[in-house]
Amino acid sequence: MGKTIRVLIAKPGLDGHDRGAKVIARALRDAGMEVIYTGLRLTPEQIVQSAIQEDVDAVALSILSGAHNYLLPRVVELLKEENAYDDILVLGGGVIPEEDIPQLKEKGIAEIFTHGTSTQVTIDFIRNNVKNSVRCS
Amino acid sequence: MDLLNGLLNKEKRAIARMITLVEANDEEALRILSDLYKFSGKAYVIGITGPPGAGKSTLTDKLASNLRKEGKKVGIIAVDPTSPFTGGAILGDRIRMNKLATDPGVFIRSMGARGHLGGISKATHAAVKILDIAGFDYIFIETVGVGQSEIDIVKATDTVVMVMVPGLGDDIQALKAGIMEIADIFAVNKSDRDGADRTKVEIEMMLDFSCTNWRPPVTKVVATYNEGIEELIDNVFEHKNFLISSGTFLEKRILNSEAEIIGLIKDRIIDRIVNDSSNENDVRIYAEQAAKRKIDPYTASVELLVKSMKEVDNSGCKKG
Ligand code: B12
Ligand SMILES: Nc1nc2c(ncn2[C@@H]2O[C@H](COP(=O)(O)OP(=O)(O)OP(=O)(O)O)[C@@H](O)[C@H]2O)c(=O)[nH]1
Ligand SMILES: [Mg+2]
Repeated sequence: MGKTIRVLIAKPGLDGHDRGAKVIARALRDAGMEVIYTGLRLTPEQIVQSAIQEDVDAVALSILSGAHNYLLPRVVELLKEENAYDDILVLGGGVIPEEDIPQLKEKGIAEIFTHGTSTQVTIDFIRNNVKNSVRCS
Repeated sequence: MDLLNGLLNKEKRAIARMITLVEANDEEALRILSDLYKFSGKAYVIGITGPPGAGKSTLTDKLASNLRKEGKKVGIIAVDPTSPFTGGAILGDRIRMNKLATDPGVFIRSMGARGHLGGISKATHAAVKILDIAGFDYIFIETVGVGQSEIDIVKATDTVVMVMVPGLGDDIQALKAGIMEIADIFAVNKSDRDGADRTKVEIEMMLDFSCTNWRPPVTKVVATYNEGIEELIDNVFEHKNFLISSGTFLEKRILNSEAEIIGLIKDRIIDRIVNDSSNENDVRIYAEQAAKRKIDPYTASVELLVKSMKEVDNSGCKKG
C-alpha cells in the first residue's frame, strides 16, 4: 500500500498574505498529498507542535512579511529540540530576497520557492526529498 | 522509535507515528495496538457532527478548552474529505484549534477520509484507541460534515453531538430521517444569528414525535464567543450518566465493538480476495466471464469466496 505524503502548510508570524499558501495547498492536494492547512498567524512553537502531532513529512512555510530570516530558522531550531528535524523536510516560499536564500539554507531550510516557480517544481522537490526512511508499508 | 514504550509513556511523537502507521495498515503497528488494547476503554468518546461549516471545529476547540480548565486531557481527531480523484486532501480543521496546539494535555490529529464513506475514516477507530491508551480522558471525533451519511459516528462514540445552525429551514425536515437516530444532543450553533430560537423549536418539535428513554437536549451556543459551552458539556455528562444508570453504556459499547469486528472481517475478506496480488487475476477472469454473460456475478462471487477459503485451509494461516 502506498504511503500518503503529508504536508503542513503554515504562515508564521504576523502576515495576512494567504493567497500563495492556498495556491500551494491546492496544488499539493491535486498531486495526491494530504495537506494540513493551519491558517494565519502561527508562532513557530504552534507550527512545530502541529507538525509533530500530524506526523507530517514536510513543513511548508509561506511568508511575505519580511520576517523570514528570524521565523524560518526558528522553526528548524524547535524541530531539532524535539528531535523531529531528521524526519521532517522544511520548505519556505513567498516574498524572500535572493540574497537571503543561501543563509536560510545553511540554517536548515531545504529549499525556498519564490514567485514564478511552477508548483510542479515544488511537488517534485517534496516527492524526491521527503525523509521517509522510517515509514513503511 | 520505540513505539510501544513511547505510547505507554504518552510521548506525542510516538502517538503521532502510531496513527500514521495504522492508517497505512502497518502490521507491526497493528500488533502493538492488539497488545495494548487491554489498556484502552477508559476514555469517553464524543462525536461532533453536522452540516459543512456549522462550526464543528470551532465548537470542538471550545469544548476542549473548557475541559482543559478542569484538568482533563483531550484528544481530537478531525476528519475531512479526501479527493476521490487524486487521493489528496486539504485538512483545514486545525485552523480553529491553533491555540490548543501547544497545550501538552491536548493532541489534535487531522485525517483524510481516504475513500471511506460514513463521515469518518477506516483508521479513525484505531486512532481513538491510540489516544485512549495514551491516557486522554476525552476524545472528540469531528466528522467530515457531509450531513447525510454520517451514521458511522454512532458506532465509534459514546455520545454524539449534532451541530445545527439557524436558517437551515426546510433542510431540517430533509435531514430529519438521518438526524433523529444519530443525535444524543443538539447544539444550535451560531445563535448570535437570527432564527436560532425557531431552529430550536423545530428540533424540539421533531423530538416530540419520537419516544425514547433519552430525550436529546437542545442547547443554543455561540462557539466563537464561548457561549453556552458549559451547558453543552453538562449535556454530555448527563448523557453519560444516563447511559450508565440505565445500564445501556456497556450495551452500546458492545454494539460498537460488534460493528468494528464486522467491519474488520469485511476488510480482511476483501483484502484476501480482491487486493491480494495472486488473486487479482481471478477476479479479472470472472469479471470477463460475467461481462460476456458466461457466468453471473452472484455465482462468481460465491466461487471466489470458496476458492479463497480453500487456499487458507491448504497453507494453514495464509495471511496475518
Ligand atoms: C495581494 C497583496 C496584498 C493583499 C493580500 C491579500 C491576501 N489575502 O493574501 C493585501 C492588500 C491585503 C495586502 C496587504 C499588505 N501588504 Co501586501 N502584497 C500583495 C502583493 C501585491 C501580492 C501577493 C500575492 O498574493 N501574490 C500572489 C501569490 C499567489 O503569490 P505568492 O504569495 O508570492 O506565492 C507564490 C510563491 O511565492 C510561492 N509560495 C508562496 N508561499 C509558499 C510557501 C511554500 C512552502 C512554497 C513551496 C511556495 C510558496 O508559490 C506561490 C505561487 O507561485 C504583494 C507584492 C508581490 N509582488 O508579491 C504585496 C506585498 C507582499 N505586500 C506588502 C506589504 C508591505 C503589505 C502591507 C503591510 C501593506 C500595508 N502597509 O498595509 C499589508 C499587510 C497585510 C498583512 N496583514 O500582513 C509587501 C511586503 C514587503 C516585504 N516583504 O518586505 C509586498 C511585497 C509589496 C511590496 N513590494 O512592498 N497585500
Ligand atoms: N457567527 C458565528 N459564526 C461562527 C460560530 N461558530 C463558528 N462560526 C464560523 O463559521 C465558520 C465555519 O466554522 P468551522 O468551525 O470551521 O465549521 P465546521 O463545521 O468545522 O466546518 P467544516 O469542517 O468545513 O465542515 C467559521 O468562519 C467560524 O468562525 C458562531 O457561533 N457564530
Ligand atoms: Mg471543521
